[in-house]
Amino acid sequence: MSQYILLRHREIPNLDQLDVYLKHGGFEALKKVVTQMQPADVVNEVKASGLRGRGGAGFPTGVKWSFLPNNIWPHYVVCNADESEPGTFKDREILESNPFQLLEGLMIASYAVQANVAYIYLRGEFWQIAHQLDEKIAELEKAGLLGDNLFGTAYSLRIYTHLGAGAYICGEETALLESLEGKLGQPRLRPPFPAVYGLYGKPTVVNNVETLANLPPILENGAQWYRRFGTEKSPGMKIFCLSGNVNRPGNYELPLGTTFRELIYTHGGGIPEGRKVKAILPAGASSAIIAVNDDTILDTPMDYESVAAIGSQLGSASVIVADETVNMAWLVARTVNFFKHESCGKCTPCREGTFWMNRIAQRMMAGKATESDVDLLETVANQIAGKCLCALGEFSVMAVQTGIGQFRVDFLNQVKQTAPATQGD
Amino acid sequence: MNELLQTYPEEVKQILAKYPAEYKRSAVMPLLYLAQRKEGYVPRQALEDIAEILEITPTEVASIVGFYTLYYDQPAGRYRIQVCTDLPCALRGADRFLEELCQRLGIREGETTPDGLFTVEAVKCLAACHRAPVFQVQGDGEIEYHENQTVELTLAWMEQVREKVRAEKEAQS
Repeated sequence: MSQYILLRHREIPNLDQLDVYLKHGGFEALKKVVTQMQPADVVNEVKASGLRGRGGAGFPTGVKWSFLPNNIWPHYVVCNADESEPGTFKDREILESNPFQLLEGLMIASYAVQANVAYIYLRGEFWQIAHQLDEKIAELEKAGLLGDNLFGTAYSLRIYTHLGAGAYICGEETALLESLEGKLGQPRLRPPFPAVYGLYGKPTVVNNVETLANLPPILENGAQWYRRFGTEKSPGMKIFCLSGNVNRPGNYELPLGTTFRELIYTHGGGIPEGRKVKAILPAGASSAIIAVNDDTILDTPMDYESVAAIGSQLGSASVIVADETVNMAWLVARTVNFFKHESCGKCTPCREGTFWMNRIAQRMMAGKATESDVDLLETVANQIAGKCLCALGEFSVMAVQTGIGQFRVDFLNQVKQTAPATQGD
Repeated sequence: MNELLQTYPEEVKQILAKYPAEYKRSAVMPLLYLAQRKEGYVPRQALEDIAEILEITPTEVASIVGFYTLYYDQPAGRYRIQVCTDLPCALRGADRFLEELCQRLGIREGETTPDGLFTVEAVKCLAACHRAPVFQVQGDGEIEYHENQTVELTLAWMEQVREKVRAEKEAQS
């Protein structure tokens, strides 16, 4: 059988063309869903598939849908295409090369919750992609596959794209909704969750690009077929974004539960010049750092449970590899700088905390810090943890806490100025 | 007189059609892109124009410009070369790339070339970590990615842009 269910364009040339997509079974799943299935059946099928949100949180998609109340209308579906986590570049490949599978998935999700309007919120940098998508949407409308009375039924749907403008926080679903409403991208206090109070105060589903792209194959082949891939608790295929010190960085579509070793060595071609892996950030800059002191760590399967069991998180599976030449103080300073820049400023622990962490970390890199600054940095991180309004602030301390905890010697060397101040390939 | 509406009547109409009439404030971000298209930054007058179209205050529009990094309230080079220096790119030599590029151009990060054409800046993650060094170019109302870069490749591309701009000027005169 085929190697891909998401990155199918790698085997089928020009899959981004509507006629090619249709020739390869495109919109069969949607047709079946709209003409033969009740919305509740679609929700149940997706629940049974065990599909979990691919944006990072890993929450079961069908369950998320089932939270929408049926006495408040209209419902909205919003596709989260704000892909901004350092180390993540998977949604972009789907959007660029397999856009119709995403659109079909978005339409299936919309039918499942009976939304008649769906938005695709793209990060502003995806300007070109948004224009391509607008063309694809127009093409679908012209072909009668999108718009009023789909497949001769009473169901109608419109899809619109909306460009963000350079704010990482807008990947957080409530900040995304605020931004889509024309406000600052600042997260809302939850509850209420978007399922009840979402876009324009109406019940809303927010799903990641990759999550939605999974829907056409699931509805076409059934939940049991989908469960053949991956593990029992983390079923399905996943796009792993491999970056950092590896010979072949890129997107790799593999079953959940594939080991770090297979990803890095079999697919990623190993580390340049045969160097050793020092650390892995499996969920981008937001990761708790995995120290690879012991080579057997690399045999950890990459599913939600197994990565959590070794003290980190799978997140969106953006695997950043740092080899033995990397100064971890430098690495942590880089992640801290990112979060300081991206903090939205709404809650104090994050706004002030990331500012101070960055100040201390940059002082270290400038060679102006002392040993007590290492402890100070750790203390500030501990003060932020558990006190933030959203996950951004919580994630900002992950690399700091696990970095200092596991690589204190790098920090001490840095303040003693014996470690290299910068790092590159 | 609403200058934005007069310059782009069709575009404004299309943008507003995407959102429910009672929530037209949603259109503030696309309208700001429109306002920025010509000059590469949002002129003061546009804040008033957008506020009038959306029935919100100019201050509210300005707050959006301030919050989001892809909007500018000051002019810069016609093309903003924005190099990602986040962790995955930095592990693949992005810092060195940026430093060398600036050196060859004789400017510092954040500055503009003497001909006023290019501003070079460091930015946050662009979702192209596997093809570092990478930069995006913001200019003429568009955003374009340049991946797997070397300083030589970038300089050659800049020369092409200079040629294009020269040809444009000649055609105008």
